[in-house]
Amino acid sequence: MDSMQLFTRQTKAISTARRSLLIIESIPGIRYNEIVDVELGTGEIRSGQVIEVGKNTTVVQVFGGVSEVDLLNSKVRYKGETLKLPVSPDILGRIFDGSGKPIDGGPPIISQKYQDINGVPANPASRMPPAEFIETGISAIDGLNVLVRGQKLPIFSGSGLPHNKIAAQIIRQASLKGKSEDFAIVFGAIGVSYDDAAHFISNLEETGALSRAVGFINTASSPVIERLSTPRLALTAAEYLAWEMNMHVLVILTDITNYADALRELAAMRGEIPSRRGYPGYMYTDLASLYERAGRISGREGSVTIIPILTMPDDDITHPIPDLTGYITEGQIVLSRPLDRKRIYPPIDVFLSLSRMMKEGIGEGKTREDHNNVFMQSYAMYAEGNYLREITTVIGSEALTDRDKVYLNAADRFEREFIAQDENSRRTVEETLSIAWDIFSMLPEEDLKLINEAYIKKYLPEPSRSE
Amino acid sequence: MGKIWRISGPVIIAEDMRGSQVYEVVEIGEERLNGEIIGLEQDKAVIQVYEDTVGLTVGEKVTGTGEILMAELGPGLVGNIYDGVQRSLVTMKDEVGDFLHRGVRTYALDREKKWHFIPAMKAGAQVEGGDVIGTVQETGLIEHRIMVPPGMSGVIDAIEEGDYTVEESIALLKSNGKTWPLTLMQRWPARKPRPYKRRFDPQDLLVTGTRVIDYLFPLALGGKAAIPGGFGTGKTVNLQQMVRWSQTQLNIYVGCGERGNEMADVLQSFKELKDPATGRYLQEKEIFIANTSNMPVVAREISIFIGITMAEYYRDMGYDILLVADSTSRWAEAMREIGARLEETPGEEGFPTYLGSRLSAFYERSGRVECLGSPGRIGSATVIGAVSPPGADFSEPVTQSTLRIVDALYSLDVALANRRHFPTINWLQSYSHYADSVDAWWEKVSPDYTEVRNQALITLQKEAELEEIVRLVGPEALPENDKLLLLIARMIREDFLMQSAYHPVDTYSNPKRSHLMLSTIMKFSDFARGLAEEGMMVSEISASRIKQRISRMKDVPDDEIDQYVDSIRQDMAGGAASLEEGGV
Repeated sequence: MDSMQLFTRQTKAISTARRSLLIIESIPGIRYNEIVDVELGTGEIRSGQVIEVGKNTTVVQVFGGVSEVDLLNSKVRYKGETLKLPVSPDILGRIFDGSGKPIDGGPPIISQKYQDINGVPANPASRMPPAEFIETGISAIDGLNVLVRGQKLPIFSGSGLPHNKIAAQIIRQASLKGKSEDFAIVFGAIGVSYDDAAHFISNLEETGALSRAVGFINTASSPVIERLSTPRLALTAAEYLAWEMNMHVLVILTDITNYADALRELAAMRGEIPSRRGYPGYMYTDLASLYERAGRISGREGSVTIIPILTMPDDDITHPIPDLTGYITEGQIVLSRPLDRKRIYPPIDVFLSLSRMMKEGIGEGKTREDHNNVFMQSYAMYAEGNYLREITTVIGSEALTDRDKVYLNAADRFEREFIAQDENSRRTVEETLSIAWDIFSMLPEEDLKLINEAYIKKYLPEPSRSE
Repeated sequence: MGKIWRISGPVIIAEDMRGSQVYEVVEIGEERLNGEIIGLEQDKAVIQVYEDTVGLTVGEKVTGTGEILMAELGPGLVGNIYDGVQRSLVTMKDEVGDFLHRGVRTYALDREKKWHFIPAMKAGAQVEGGDVIGTVQETGLIEHRIMVPPGMSGVIDAIEEGDYTVEESIALLKSNGKTWPLTLMQRWPARKPRPYKRRFDPQDLLVTGTRVIDYLFPLALGGKAAIPGGFGTGKTVNLQQMVRWSQTQLNIYVGCGERGNEMADVLQSFKELKDPATGRYLQEKEIFIANTSNMPVVAREISIFIGITMAEYYRDMGYDILLVADSTSRWAEAMREIGARLEETPGEEGFPTYLGSRLSAFYERSGRVECLGSPGRIGSATVIGAVSPPGADFSEPVTQSTLRIVDALYSLDVALANRRHFPTINWLQSYSHYADSVDAWWEKVSPDYTEVRNQALITLQKEAELEEIVRLVGPEALPENDKLLLLIARMIREDFLMQSAYHPVDTYSNPKRSHLMLSTIMKFSDFARGLAEEGMMVSEISASRIKQRISRMKDVPDDEIDQYVDSIRQDMAGGAASLEEGGV
């Protein structure tokens, strides 16, 4: 951003300072959405952005608010630039703040190449449908909600649920089946607590993943406007690594709820007409401008996969943040408070979770031939067990048949053995599938209607078959 | 030529614009960004810009083109992929690469490509608007009929078979002492409906291959329908299924503010899937508009009108066209955003007060019509719009405004999606006003259609009532005849309504097959009632082999289904005895 500037344009003609906005007399050449420096009488410098340009007046939104701005001594300097990130292979292993400055004590990134953090939309005709399996080592994901390269699959969580733990586990374990050398992680922390941010970084360091990672961290105490730039910086870095360095990039963005709240805060300051629950009407489009940066491009090696994490206010999945996210992303992993209370980790709600790209990423040559059948049968079995659980709470377990009791038992085992696993256990997809087969062996064999008979012969554990 | 006076998001105001007209297309700044005038006041014009306005500055020039926004119509549309303002994304990919930089302009129709034109008349013929003067084989599936543009008439001169680009003159039209060249291409203002002779009531079934639609809530050719549903309810899969399997000659898929990966998936699959009727690739009968959610918002608004204009154009050739728009909610949100920038007084939830009238302006362009000109032709444009209600709450303005316009509703249900019942079309909330008009069509397939359909609907309705009781007392406490009804309803749901879009056989169910399946289930209902009266327990009936055989009807290929169903029916005719002999 500090590229050579022959002259700076600046003005002191500020006519109004209100909420976070300054209204300034226009000077020629101001560009829509360009970045400005606001210098206070005290010498303090704040960033701002041009949000409206007119012939006579220009409106600037000041990041960090207009407190202590006075109309006599404050100055506005135009930089003639939109926000850009310097990119080079050196960004790997580095940690930056929400304005793109290094915060790991290392040197600044020197590069000839600056990329606009808003990115450029991919031509839909150039996109390639995502279809390659990413093994996370977590059964509830790899078995039932498969993640594929180029997908955007959010985690819908609630406050106090272990979403960060799951994200850290995915970062540690995610590898693409086959090779792993071209794999990178980009991590964008938006408005998170200092402790959470530190935890993520130390997690990366401990596992040695840091050398293949880039972090952008906006802590809860940093300026609100940087909540909007943090994910964009992260995605710009990811796009660079994917499209120019041919890497498979996994982007973790947490917490999108903080992002959306920042969007609401800044929109309210501009006096915009709010939509649902005070969030701006363009929130769908704004979120899409982040999530849609995931994908694959035909003819290019790399990919951008995004796992946004959000906490649903009051666990409400119809709240605008999860709702609009769900409309854009290709499925969702939903965490369940009841499972968490039962001490099931990871507490993934199998019924509300969904991966829309799953069918593309599984099967022979990708995971295993029986994967889809196992998925459907597990789902049906667990659904039936759950239904029976609900019934027993009303009519008691007396009325259950022996077959019903088997299903109740199977559902319990499914939660304890298949869904639940240790934070440090990394299961291969074969292991995941064989746990499911093991539970299927409890059921009467004729109940395995959703599985091809050849697979039953091949995979169903022997003892049950001979019975 | 004017100058930029103010910039606010996708809306700019230009001064010195006297002489411009509303909806005139303008070019803005050095990069010649595309925009459209949406209001005039004194010498100032309010302009919505179809591309990102970041970096524009006050004083940059704004040039009017003197034209309102036109759709280019002619051979080359089919199989192409367009953005919201009808730029060919295929051409852009070749010329500027994988990312959409602004200021790029491409024509909708290739200017170089030659098409072989075969005249249908000779010089000296008297023609008027809509007359077919010749044809071009556009793809293996579409014969493109070249028509005299509406409003023109005269005597044809110098018409000759040969290879022409879309801009070359294929014939001359003499009228009142003047001569006009006719070309393969014509242009039409996107916001203006194309004329026709007269409109008919829709009466023929639009065969979608989805059983719950075709059989229970049928849509007619030329009809209009809405599919609202929360996320994860399968709106997009439903729409894709319709454009895949409908018997229409041409389909237009408008992806408006939706997912890029999904669009890529659609594009890919249409290159690989084949049309059931002709065995040729589906791509040869599709036009795509792909304006994904991260592409400029303003272009969403016009993309729907570009799409419907193309639909009308092919309708005018005498074809049946299906247009699906996914999603009209994103379209409405684009209008809301523009409205807010203009500081208009908002209506409900910030949407502009003209939301309803703009929605009708789109849906009302559907219809089955007698086309202009000769030879006499009947064409239709059917329109289906997806709606994405926030929080799956159907009381929101876009869903409600849409329901006042459309004649068929396919209500997608989150609860069904969570139970993995697909398609998630809720049979209690959905409706179709076309059911009565396509009766006659269905009765040609089978005279007992109406009866079977009604029986099934009544059974499902009763099931819903019984379910409330079951929730309180459990299923075992019900009398046997109620248990039987629940069994039949369950069979209708699982063995008929549920349909897998991914199963090679089940994905498309032709009308005859759908009828065979449902009527077999209803026959089983009579059969089972007979057994129950003789004292057989419903649990025994439920475990019978015949019932299991019915549940496998879905997967039986088309050429074996008659025989398969016949044998089930014969066994049922044998009564209880057959049940025992056949073994469980």
